[in-house]
Amino acid sequence: MPTAISQPSILTEAPRTSAVFPAWFARTQEAAWTSFQQTAAPKRGDEPWRFSSLKELDFSATTRAEFLGEASELIQRSKGLEQFSAKFVFVNDGFALAINHLPKSVICMPLAEALLSHSELVEQYFMRHPATLGSKKFTDLHTAHLSNGMFIHVPAGVVVEHPIEIFHWVQGQHQATFPHTLIVAGEKAQVRVIETFQSINERDATWTIAVNDLIAEKAANLQYSVVQALNTESKIISVNASEISASAVATSFQLHTGAAWARSESICRLLGEESRSYMFAVSVPSHDQEYDLRTFQHHVSPGAYSDLLYKNSLYDESRTIFSGLIFVDEGAHRTDAYQTCRNLLMSNACEANSMPGLEINADDVKCSHGSTSSQISEEEIFYLRARGIHSDTARQLIARGFSIEVISRLAHEASETYILRMLDEKFATLKS
Amino acid sequence: MSLLIENLHATLEDGTPILNGVNLEIPTGEVHAIMGPNGSGKSTLSKVISGHESYIVTGGSVTLDGVDILEMDIDQRSRAGVFLAFQYPAEVPGVSNANFIRAALQARLPKGQDIDAVAYYKNLYAKMDLLEMDRKFTARSVNEGFSGGEKKRNEILQLMMLEPKYSILDETDSGLDIDALKIVAKGVNAMRSADRGFLLITHYQRLLDYIAPDYVHVMSAGQIVRSGGPELALELEETGYDFLKELATA
Ligand SMILES: Nc1ncnc2c1ncn2[C@@H]1O[C@H](COP(=O)(O)OP(=O)(O)O)[C@@H](O)[C@H]1O
Ligand SMILES: [Mg+2]
Repeated sequence: MPTAISQPSILTEAPRTSAVFPAWFARTQEAAWTSFQQTAAPKRGDEPWRFSSLKELDFSATTRAEFLGEASELIQRSKGLEQFSAKFVFVNDGFALAINHLPKSVICMPLAEALLSHSELVEQYFMRHPATLGSKKFTDLHTAHLSNGMFIHVPAGVVVEHPIEIFHWVQGQHQATFPHTLIVAGEKAQVRVIETFQSINERDATWTIAVNDLIAEKAANLQYSVVQALNTESKIISVNASEISASAVATSFQLHTGAAWARSESICRLLGEESRSYMFAVSVPSHDQEYDLRTFQHHVSPGAYSDLLYKNSLYDESRTIFSGLIFVDEGAHRTDAYQTCRNLLMSNACEANSMPGLEINADDVKCSHGSTSSQISEEEIFYLRARGIHSDTARQLIARGFSIEVISRLAHEASETYILRMLDEKFATLKS
Repeated sequence: MSLLIENLHATLEDGTPILNGVNLEIPTGEVHAIMGPNGSGKSTLSKVISGHESYIVTGGSVTLDGVDILEMDIDQRSRAGVFLAFQYPAEVPGVSNANFIRAALQARLPKGQDIDAVAYYKNLYAKMDLLEMDRKFTARSVNEGFSGGEKKRNEILQLMMLEPKYSILDETDSGLDIDALKIVAKGVNAMRSADRGFLLITHYQRLLDYIAPDYVHVMSAGQIVRSGGPELALELEETGYDFLKELATA
């Protein structure tokens, strides 16, 4: 009797926790694996997956990515900022390069190393909050399979001058990586981190299931930017959560130009008076790319501020989904919360879905949310063309300007320059 | 050499006629002014010449040194040498003024050739100085959050950078205080030369005190109804546009 051959895949293979990792981590992976198996897959009609293309969630032939030995060419290709405090390169989650000019007191190292040298510290912050925007099953999968990532801990009072850069390169048909980035800024500490996801070649359909957690302790300032520029065969789920204590500021910025399909869930939890959260995203999908962006601004504490600005410029037959919720807890009085999603429709065939939302359970609250979708204004185009600028160039300048309005909110020139360069790489491939 | 408008008719998309046979020739070396009441079609004339797609040309011609420009795209007309300083310049968020003007200059170069950035900024700053524009305007988004006067100055800055053969200035004086008006006039006067022509559209005589026209025309109901020398502007200042009613009833 023929038996069905069950292919090995990340859905069927139990975690392979390295024997050198601490016991708590092995237990966490085991528990995540159990939870993953017990959690139902998203299905049609699930609110957090409304408008999503669930068919994209196919991992059946997907296996854990293998580490590639030779990385010197990729290190060359990892071109970021002119000045950085540290630079790390990973290839299929394997550590490939570390350059570190940070003050000695800053812990900045691959997670696999931190699990050995700073096990207790990592444990204290690791996966403190489960994903709440629909991807719990996938963060479980991430936790079960992850083998590496970055751990950054900036102790109280330390100001890191230049950004820390992290580059991830992925390759391998139907191979999956599980990068985990954990950043803790201690009291009054300041740090900027820029993470970039890229594919080694244009051909391989890879899966990335990434989690990044930002913890800004009292009066800290933490700015995290991620550039997703994977090849257009690949898919990514990324779950970003920030925890912001009193008087601290956390900024989370995303640029999406790559991937066939990207799901991003971004959460901020405002935990103290005068905590501030900024959530920004720029997406430029083209062809049949689809970006599914979900956000949650959670005002736990009174007297906190959050602002969200997501902008999508949609080309060709691309599709975006934005679903955002401002949630003001009972007692979170004097909340100040804003949410804006704007879509620039660069073709007649694209599709932008927006679901802004607001739930207020406190008094004396200032909140606004809104979304708009529009084509390029004819008057703007006319103005540029009346100066001799070709129609295609004019449209591109305007779309670029639309994105720059978000990027400039980072208020850090070197970061903006890098992100703009990555954005321009996308624009260079587009016909207006 | 001239910008020649002959028997130009144009309508809105719904067929409403706005221009009803405009005849006007602006030779290089001359400054012409068009005056006329609100709604007479002055801005429409300037937009039709620039190629705005809200209007349909139903008759007549516009030629630039003998070349028909009505067949050209909007951007082609600009590169061919017509410039319109807008009455209401558009705001372009996220596009810096410097990049915008640079893109306009770049569009005039052959493929593969690039603007020399150092020379460009030197030139830009010199012109901004002449127009008493703060350097911060290079980095600011085009016209966004500019005051009315700043927008008009920015139009003249573009004019000075692009050095067009024929310039049309649509109500560049409106919204300017006297000091700003003088500065704008200084910019325009600096550009006057034997090989450039200007068409000033204005509602008021005031601008013409600072940019002296060679000829003045009056537009009404989509036509040029009177033409004369600079003294016509003064006369209009005295008598207003009431004579137009008499013309209409005569
Ligand atoms: N795009 C347009 N849509 C509707 N009406 C228009 C449009 N452009 C011009 N008009 C009308 O055409 C007439 C002439 O307008 P305009 O050229 O702006 O006059 P002027 O500049 O002399 O004040 C006015 O009645 C105006 O309302
Ligand atoms: Mg007008």
